[in-house]
Amino acid sequence: MSDTLSETDVARGESSWTPTDGRLLDVEDLQVEFRTRDGVAKAINGVSLHLDEGETLAVLGESGSGKSVTAQAIMGILDTPPGFITGGSVRYCGTELLTMTEKQRREIRGPEISMIFQDALSSLNPVFPVGWQIAEMLRVHRGANRSDAREAAIRLMERVNIPGARQRVNAFPHQFSGGMRQRIMIAMAIALDPAVLIADEPTTALDVTVQAQIMALLAELQEERRMGLILITHDLGVVADVADRIAVMYAGKLVETADVHSIYAAPAHPYTQGLLASIPRLDQKGQELAAIGGLPPNLTRIPPGCPFNPRCRYAQDVCRHDPPPALREVRPGRRAACHFAEDVLADSAREFDHPHHVHGDGGEERR
Amino acid sequence: MSSSDGSAARTSDREVILSAHDLVKHYPIRSGVVKRTVGQVKAVDGVSFDLYKGETLGIVGESGCGKSTLGRLLVQLERPTSGSLHFDGVDMTQQSGNALRRLRRDIQIVFQDPYTSLNPRKTVGDIIGEPFDIHPDVVPKGGRRRRVQELLDLVGLSPEHINRYPHQFSGGQRQRIGIARGIALNPKVLVCDEPVSALDVSVQAQVVNLMERLQDELGLSYVFVAHDLSVVRHISDRVAVMYLGRIVEIGDEEQIYERPTHPYTQALLSAVPVPDPTLRGKREQIVLSGDVPSPANPPRACRFHTRCFKAQDICSVEDPALDPRPDGRGAHPSACHFAEPRTIVETIDVSS
Repeated sequence: MSDTLSETDVARGESSWTPTDGRLLDVEDLQVEFRTRDGVAKAINGVSLHLDEGETLAVLGESGSGKSVTAQAIMGILDTPPGFITGGSVRYCGTELLTMTEKQRREIRGPEISMIFQDALSSLNPVFPVGWQIAEMLRVHRGANRSDAREAAIRLMERVNIPGARQRVNAFPHQFSGGMRQRIMIAMAIALDPAVLIADEPTTALDVTVQAQIMALLAELQEERRMGLILITHDLGVVADVADRIAVMYAGKLVETADVHSIYAAPAHPYTQGLLASIPRLDQKGQELAAIGGLPPNLTRIPPGCPFNPRCRYAQDVCRHDPPPALREVRPGRRAACHFAEDVLADSAREFDHPHHVHGDGGEERR
Repeated sequence: MSSSDGSAARTSDREVILSAHDLVKHYPIRSGVVKRTVGQVKAVDGVSFDLYKGETLGIVGESGCGKSTLGRLLVQLERPTSGSLHFDGVDMTQQSGNALRRLRRDIQIVFQDPYTSLNPRKTVGDIIGEPFDIHPDVVPKGGRRRRVQELLDLVGLSPEHINRYPHQFSGGQRQRIGIARGIALNPKVLVCDEPVSALDVSVQAQVVNLMERLQDELGLSYVFVAHDLSVVRHISDRVAVMYLGRIVEIGDEEQIYERPTHPYTQALLSAVPVPDPTLRGKREQIVLSGDVPSPANPPRACRFHTRCFKAQDICSVEDPALDPRPDGRGAHPSACHFAEPRTIVETIDVSS
């Protein structure tokens, strides 16, 4: 498996980047706004994240919560204009990325931090063969010649389990199925053996059986290369399967961060709690869905106070008038941006235990 | 667990409202200058089922399995290549013109994409009121505006929004408009083609709950077409699993989710992630290799045999019939030579 890639042309180049204490990425108080005709949309309002080697961080949020914009800001591929990074810092192995020149950025983007996009069909160039597109990474960044790069592309296609890689290296994107296209995207993303991989909704457009294949492949690659993986998604099921830590976003802010087990056992923010109660579960019957009322806010008109207050069942006057609550530690290793996080936590612990206790045998026998 | 026997008894003496028999829809593939037909895409290839009054039948499958085409056949948006579709004792496929139009009043559809299924140049009032232009006798001309406002109220939108345009609404609200249009003529059957898959997670539950409430209030029967097996389990009384244009397994919700006997159903269920990290690594995963074959050239005999982990020689020779096969507690229809119950999802009953 991995030995096919340890050939010189694909092996990790002489990287001058070494993480201190395993810390790869440090995002602090990131601010991004989009200046549109309808006004300024605050897409990201002070997001702080970090990612360690070999770790999977899931960024969870609905459309418009700012999760994809966060990824674009980290990658340095934000469309400017209309998007502007107005504050904060993004450090890779301790070095600030936001002040770098575009030339310096290019040496990070690809070899160090790489990205997989949601829609593989529109992310691949329709007029070039897929092998050529994968090989381009090696030609541009490593100066590999055409035939070496092509051979490397074939090996990468084999690594991501594309059957008949040698025969299909000259095929065009439209000749592949959705799952295979996503594999090609993954092959491109890992071509330079990056330390950080950002996967933006990598399986949203795919069927469940194919989704399972792709998630298994990503997990395998991450294990093999000790990559840090940022998984951006809205799917609470996928997250439960693969994430180590979770960051929940709402209206451009982080509302809760925690390790995967504690967040599912007892969410500390009303939004996370609402999300978990509103999704139907495959392994439950007779479940009542407790929908979150209302709609996510328009980012040009974020309500004053806590942005979640109009939909929140815990909301009090303080939530409507005081400045939005900061992300604060509510339990060791757990942070939530809510004035009443302790109450939410206590309620969640009670509610989420409920089904297990009522059907006492269920908790034990469940596999 | 006696509820399974109860529900089976319930369905058997309930009234069949819609009955499909051997429905087939083939699309010609044309090529060349003279557009000669060079092949057939077998989108739906022999589907039979009964829909009972007041129930929800879920239809699940991967993209390209023909579930949306089936939905469109049920409302006769597509005319079948062969087969029959009986509603109230009348074969809809044999009707046309006014007679078909009258029948369609009772079978309406809600589409998947709330962004493209509403005309952007019409107001909400025009969109929901349009069915009354085609069926003017349902509501007298003078009462239409009131009726539209009632419908808006029924689906949880403000009646004052009657003059707004679709772009002024969010995705979830638009889907409510689509549902209001679907129920405007007081249909008996509502076909829902992926009604919540384009919606955000927090909004999806609102629409699912709305659909359940409307079913109770109006006594509707639903055909709920979706790829999300968790949503389908939540809303359905019975479930049909489709693969390459055919139903491979059909049964009530418990039979399909707790005692699936078809290998495809088992693989599909095992691939659905469950939002519970404590189950990580403990759930059995059946990973299917490859992709769904092309419906223009489906595998011979059992269509699943090319990806099946149980396939033997007989599977590529003899087509298994969709017959009742033992599932450990009773029997339900499954189209597999080697049908065998297997627990994939450990179900917890949380109804209180």
